[in-house]
Amino acid sequence: MASKPYAEPSIPGEVAPAGQIEPSEPPVPGGLKAEEIEGRSPWYLAYLRLRRNRVALAFGALFIALVLFCLAAPLWANLVADTGPNENHITDTITIGGKETDVVSPEGTPIGPGLHGKYLLGADQNGRDVMVRLMYGGRTSIYIGVMAAFVTTLLAVVIGLAAGYFRGWTDSVLSRVLDVIWAFPVLLLGIALGTALAVGGLKLGPIQIAGDSLWITILIIGLVYVPYMARPIRGEVLALREKEFVEAAVSQGKGSLRIMFSELLPNIVSTIIVFFTLNIANNMLLESALSFLGAGVRPPNSSWGTMIADGYQAIYTAPHLTIIPGLMIVLTVLSLNVFGDGLRDALDPRAKIRLEH
Amino acid sequence: MARFIARRLVGMVFVLFAISVIVFLIFNVIPNSDPAARIAGKNANPELISRVEEDFGFSDPLPVQYAKTMKQIFTGELISYSSRQNVDEQIWKGVPVTMSLCIGAALIWMSFAICFGYLSAVRAGMFTDRALTILALIGISMPVFWLAAILLYYLSFKVQLFPTGDYVKLTEDPADWVYHLLLPWLTLSVLFIGFYSRVLRSNMLDVMNEDYVRTARAKGLSERQVRIRHVLRNSLIPIITLFGLDFGAVVGGGAILTETVYNLPGVGLYAGQAIGSLDLPPLMAVTMFGAFFIVLFNTIVDIVYAYLDPRIRLGTAAA
Repeated sequence: MASKPYAEPSIPGEVAPAGQIEPSEPPVPGGLKAEEIEGRSPWYLAYLRLRRNRVALAFGALFIALVLFCLAAPLWANLVADTGPNENHITDTITIGGKETDVVSPEGTPIGPGLHGKYLLGADQNGRDVMVRLMYGGRTSIYIGVMAAFVTTLLAVVIGLAAGYFRGWTDSVLSRVLDVIWAFPVLLLGIALGTALAVGGLKLGPIQIAGDSLWITILIIGLVYVPYMARPIRGEVLALREKEFVEAAVSQGKGSLRIMFSELLPNIVSTIIVFFTLNIANNMLLESALSFLGAGVRPPNSSWGTMIADGYQAIYTAPHLTIIPGLMIVLTVLSLNVFGDGLRDALDPRAKIRLEH
Repeated sequence: MARFIARRLVGMVFVLFAISVIVFLIFNVIPNSDPAARIAGKNANPELISRVEEDFGFSDPLPVQYAKTMKQIFTGELISYSSRQNVDEQIWKGVPVTMSLCIGAALIWMSFAICFGYLSAVRAGMFTDRALTILALIGISMPVFWLAAILLYYLSFKVQLFPTGDYVKLTEDPADWVYHLLLPWLTLSVLFIGFYSRVLRSNMLDVMNEDYVRTARAKGLSERQVRIRHVLRNSLIPIITLFGLDFGAVVGGGAILTETVYNLPGVGLYAGQAIGSLDLPPLMAVTMFGAFFIVLFNTIVDIVYAYLDPRIRLGTAAA
């Protein structure tokens, strides 16, 4: 590693392109008669790189569109579909092309997708409007994905910073704990916790969560992915710990907490942002798998995962009940994965941040 | 070498013990409900609940309960409370099915990933590379159970190319065995093909800048020889490390979804069915054995590595 003349710790591994002065540094004193160069922060440079990546931007926009789509659920439910996500219409009929049609046929087959306002994406076995359920279910899926990512990130950052900063026995203990969680297959640990907590909910001192609460699923998913994020953060902090700016902070008499959160944390923010984005994608996949197996989201809540679980019972007569929510999962997860990749390339072009499955 | 193995085994025993404690805590302490009622299952009568209470000794202190539970799991005395079958026997019955699924899928995902990754790296930036990258990203963004359901619907129900699930023993009819497993193998492979081909591509692009690759070109080797003998071979090392970890994870629990959708009577299907009836003993045993398998497998992989590459055992010994 060639040492850089201007130590700019904000983005590890950042190398300014040839001919460009390191960002946010005063112009070179003496010697070169440089023209006035506008100071450009690493964040601005990252933004410029991201702006050039059209594909990543398009998929970022797709994710935002999907979120807006789900947020618009009450609008669609009230103005167009005129029904809620859990209202059954087994015996109802609607008029398609001037003909009265059963929402659910006497044999139990629901109507499929079609341009008929109500039931735009068809109905399910209970005569519930799939479009309305899709929008409300998406809220649950995305909410769980994002909240679980916050849980994982919070735990991983605290553990990674503490292990990397204090080293010694703190690091040994924390690393061993991570090793043990890491040894469990992610899906199986999620299932074990999901089933064990489903019956009576969680009671830990003052914290009480009901068994059918979304927060059970959020905490489980948030917990199982902690080692996958905490380990690389720890590694990065261990490397940063050796840098001069930490020594300088120590010599100024700054406390450990101050150094960890105001000196080290800003240097790993770019890693955290990338991990956070990709983590939402993985969380949504895990949520759908747990819900499909019956160890995730529980009634009365529903998510894209539970919609597939319900619809799969009728896959041979009403495949749209399985295909549509699955496509939504694929689109959302794909948009996050592509955008996350773009973010990584923009923020940290040389680093190898990878979130494993 | 002996010192390395000893160190590694001591570490392994520690992790195994910690895992057993965690599994015990998950199923016996964390839940906020009457443990006897929970283990007895959904539709238990008071008689069954009191029987469970007695069997498990829920009034005993925790360490005693822990010892009892472990003894039941490892001596094969654990009984499922909803189907009343011996849990360990049921698990052993599922092992050949799960192994058939996982080994076949592993062969498929490694061969496809190497082909795709190689092509992608050689044609970096060109159409082939972009198309493969998009395919790989879609592959890692699909829920496995959904892909399984869709393939089952289109290829088994609509076109009737494949059977709709179920399993035929290898010893009964090898051709039928393959025919029934082909779709599950492909389904389970997709995620890993996507993931591995991307890792291989970026490894190969890194290795192409190494000095020894320039040397190989300079001494007049053909481009093909340089790519395969020097670049590809050296890029495969991290892939094989990943493979060791992932294969353990797939056998130890990753195949649940595929087995459930294709109705393959393996360990995963057994666990999947236990979730529906909230039957905890099978889940406890499967979780425990799954994690144990992963730890054992990783230890073996590490030791083999250290044997093949002295730098690893020296590095670890020095640290």
